[in-house]
Amino acid sequence: MKDHVERPGDAGTPLLSMRGISVAYGALRANDGIDLDVGAGEVQALLGENGAGKTTLMKALVGLAPIEGGSIEFDGKDISDISPLVARNAGIGMVHQHFMLIPTLTVAQNLCIGLRSEGYPFPNYRKITAKISGLSERYALKVDPSARVADLSVGEQQRVEIIKALYRGARLLVLDEPTSVLIPQEIEGLFEIIRNLSAQGTAVIFISHKLNEVMSISRNITILRRGKVAATRRTSETSAKELARLMVGYEMGDLPAAPAISESSPPVARIEGLRFVDSRKVKKLNGVDIEVRAGEIHGIAGVDGNGQVELARILAGILAASSGTIWLDGKDITRLDVARRIRSGLSYIPGDRQRTGLVMDLSVRDNMTLKLSDRPPYAVHGFLDFGKIRAMVEESIRDYNIDCADSGQEARTLSGGNQQKLVLSRELRSDPRLIVAVQPTQGLDISATNYVHSMLLERQRKGCAILLISTELDEVLSLSNRISVMYEGRLMGTFDRDSADRETIGLLMAGKQHA
Amino acid sequence: MREAGAKPARPLGAERKLKISKGLRADFLSSFIAFALALVIGAAIIAAMGKDPLKAYAALLDGAVGNRNSLAETFLRAIPLSLAGIGVAIAFRAGAFNVGAEGQLFIGAMASAWVGLSFPSLPPILLLPLMGLTAMVAGGLWAGIAGALKAWMNASEMINTIMLNYIAVFLVSFLVHGPLQDPSSPLGQTARLPRAAYLPIMLPGTRLHGGLVLAVAAALLASLFLWRSAWGFRIRVVGKNTFAAQASGMRVNGVMVSALVVSGMLAGLAGFCEAAGVQHRMIENISPGYGYTAIVVALLGQTNPIGVFAAAVLFAALQIGASTMESAVGVPSSVITVIQYLVVLLLIGRGAFDLIRGKVMALSRREKG
Ligand SMILES: Nc1ncnc2c1ncn2[C@@H]1O[C@H](COP(=O)(O)OP(=O)(O)OP(=O)(O)O)[C@@H](O)[C@H]1O
Ligand SMILES: [Mg+2]
Repeated sequence: MKDHVERPGDAGTPLLSMRGISVAYGALRANDGIDLDVGAGEVQALLGENGAGKTTLMKALVGLAPIEGGSIEFDGKDISDISPLVARNAGIGMVHQHFMLIPTLTVAQNLCIGLRSEGYPFPNYRKITAKISGLSERYALKVDPSARVADLSVGEQQRVEIIKALYRGARLLVLDEPTSVLIPQEIEGLFEIIRNLSAQGTAVIFISHKLNEVMSISRNITILRRGKVAATRRTSETSAKELARLMVGYEMGDLPAAPAISESSPPVARIEGLRFVDSRKVKKLNGVDIEVRAGEIHGIAGVDGNGQVELARILAGILAASSGTIWLDGKDITRLDVARRIRSGLSYIPGDRQRTGLVMDLSVRDNMTLKLSDRPPYAVHGFLDFGKIRAMVEESIRDYNIDCADSGQEARTLSGGNQQKLVLSRELRSDPRLIVAVQPTQGLDISATNYVHSMLLERQRKGCAILLISTELDEVLSLSNRISVMYEGRLMGTFDRDSADRETIGLLMAGKQHA
Repeated sequence: MREAGAKPARPLGAERKLKISKGLRADFLSSFIAFALALVIGAAIIAAMGKDPLKAYAALLDGAVGNRNSLAETFLRAIPLSLAGIGVAIAFRAGAFNVGAEGQLFIGAMASAWVGLSFPSLPPILLLPLMGLTAMVAGGLWAGIAGALKAWMNASEMINTIMLNYIAVFLVSFLVHGPLQDPSSPLGQTARLPRAAYLPIMLPGTRLHGGLVLAVAAALLASLFLWRSAWGFRIRVVGKNTFAAQASGMRVNGVMVSALVVSGMLAGLAGFCEAAGVQHRMIENISPGYGYTAIVVALLGQTNPIGVFAAAVLFAALQIGASTMESAVGVPSSVITVIQYLVVLLLIGRGAFDLIRGKVMALSRREKG
């Protein structure tokens, strides 16, 4: 181990030291000789584009990835033959991006799964609850031990995951993109928790695509690029601009702004008086009216859970509105099913790409074929023409630069950015009239985000109408021609881009009509 | 993004084929391991009874494929197992669990026998296809009931197909004891079918009939259907993810019902083969549970029609050899039933194998390192 990397401004042996970690999936080297050091109580950020190998490295650390070579030292002990059990006993805990909780059980029950020490076969819930309360207090992590996980919000579930790791004695906590599922208020809360943990000696590895988050919370930053360490920086000695350059390997230009729409451009989509009451009799939409013109990106800003998802699903034809009318190109499509809406020129980029956007167990090729199985020339006389399909798939992979070994690779194994490119390539190839895009850049790195934005802008220039639903205000503000704010199932107001100011919109998002 | 632009245009097809065959290999390997382990456990049971497992298995093999007649019997048994099994596999592919192949088989057999008895003067070339088609329609409708209940009333097809099995069996029992009973016999059976309604014998001197051609054709056509047709594509998509299927404009309910109907049609065809090929009439006990064994066969064949056919032949061999084993070595044939269901348990427990394999890999890494 002669090539011990000089870590910026640090003395003594680190808590964790990974050396030359390599992980290969088939021919792909997801990690290629990565070194990483984390000191006790430090917040270490991991940055990198989609597919750079961040998750893989962390899975290697907790014994969930097939390590080929390299060594791991934790607290002075060699734990190179890592397994989930070894990692747990050593004190390494990971909160995965997709939570690993059992929804039908309570928090306390979830916490003691697999822990014989808490009473076997009958866990001692009084003791467990007391221990949870202790941890809650110590780190200001609010959790109700007797609540059912299914009844908790995403932010609360995340806290349960963190407590679960701490409960098992974690002294190093890995958080894989913890903020991508949180709303802004919850993000502040999470940062508070991270600061508490760090102050009391727990090290944290923090993964995020958002440079401002990384800049505000971390002490050191390691940037991965294509499975290798591109650079390691002390946070206080770098800038967001430098980080962006290190991540992608080149300077990134700014996006061209969306061209203005003229007053005369015709409306493509009109939504009138849309109401929706869900099965539990909750009013999700209370009379929504929107008009999207040709060549317009109409942004819908709002905090998650104010009816945006329902609006999108109703437009796509997956959910039936309780009342109201949807017009597309002057045609009433309210009663049309999904297939007919697609044929009328509607494209839907769903927010949950792993569930609604893609069939994760099927190949890239099959996922690109999803909407074409009744469309000549790809399907003739009920049979798929694989020659045509292959040509189309290869073209899409090239055009959209999708990083996959071949078109037979399962969608599940693509990185987040490439999964989204796959969805885009499918949804944009048919020259849609109206695109309903929900959180199109969630979990995507900077360059993939830029790419998605540029694809949407290109469509907009071609005269497509785009309804952009996003909880990220920056995204809505920078892309949209007009912006509507949604709160509790109704629109609080609609602004032209020039007249929209952040403050007013922020207040409307919180439901305050007049400040 | 990786090596953007520099990617050479490679022949995607070649790599894809490689990959698919690799995935298939892994699937069939797990089937093979499950089967082999079941045999080993079966051997242990036989040994525990104080018998020689090797001798028992030798007798089993001899009974199953030892001579021309036993070979014919094995393939004869494989016909209903593979037809119904392929049906169950197609339903599985659409994400529906068809436990009702047994009932669909009964209904199909009954319907075809009724046609055979109603048109005794038709020539075989017309009568046999007519009987086969009627069996398929009847079996398909029977499965379609469960499908419709699932699609429109959100009722579990698993429960409904089981319930429909009871209804089918009792309905047939009523018919063969009542309106359709052979007047010259007190048994629960119809009159003998006309000669024109007999499926032709394929191997002279044995009972092996033309249904084998149907079974092989069904395996090939079902493969073609699942992997080449647009409809089969939709079935596979719906089976993997109904949300994505719906969002891309597929009629999820329609696809699911259609898969169940096709599934029932194949089970109905199996019933036709039993009535027209083996019993030459409809009898009360036309099937000793082929429809249930078909589920195991579908799983063992990894819901791949060709694989299901192979699994059906394997299970048929076990069942046929079992009686020889019993008479020659004195091991009760129920041991074979135990082995059959061990296969299911072992297949379901495949996750455990993966865990063990992970452990072994970790160990070998430690040794290397
Ligand atoms: N199980 C797997 N099989 C095959 N390839 C995989 C598997 N898991 C990951 N990969 C590949 O390894 C590479 C690294 O993936 P990884 O998930 O570590 O990226 P990441 O940096 O976490 O990206 P993201 O920001 O999108 O989460 C990607 O190219 C991905 O396609
Ligand atoms: Mg990741």
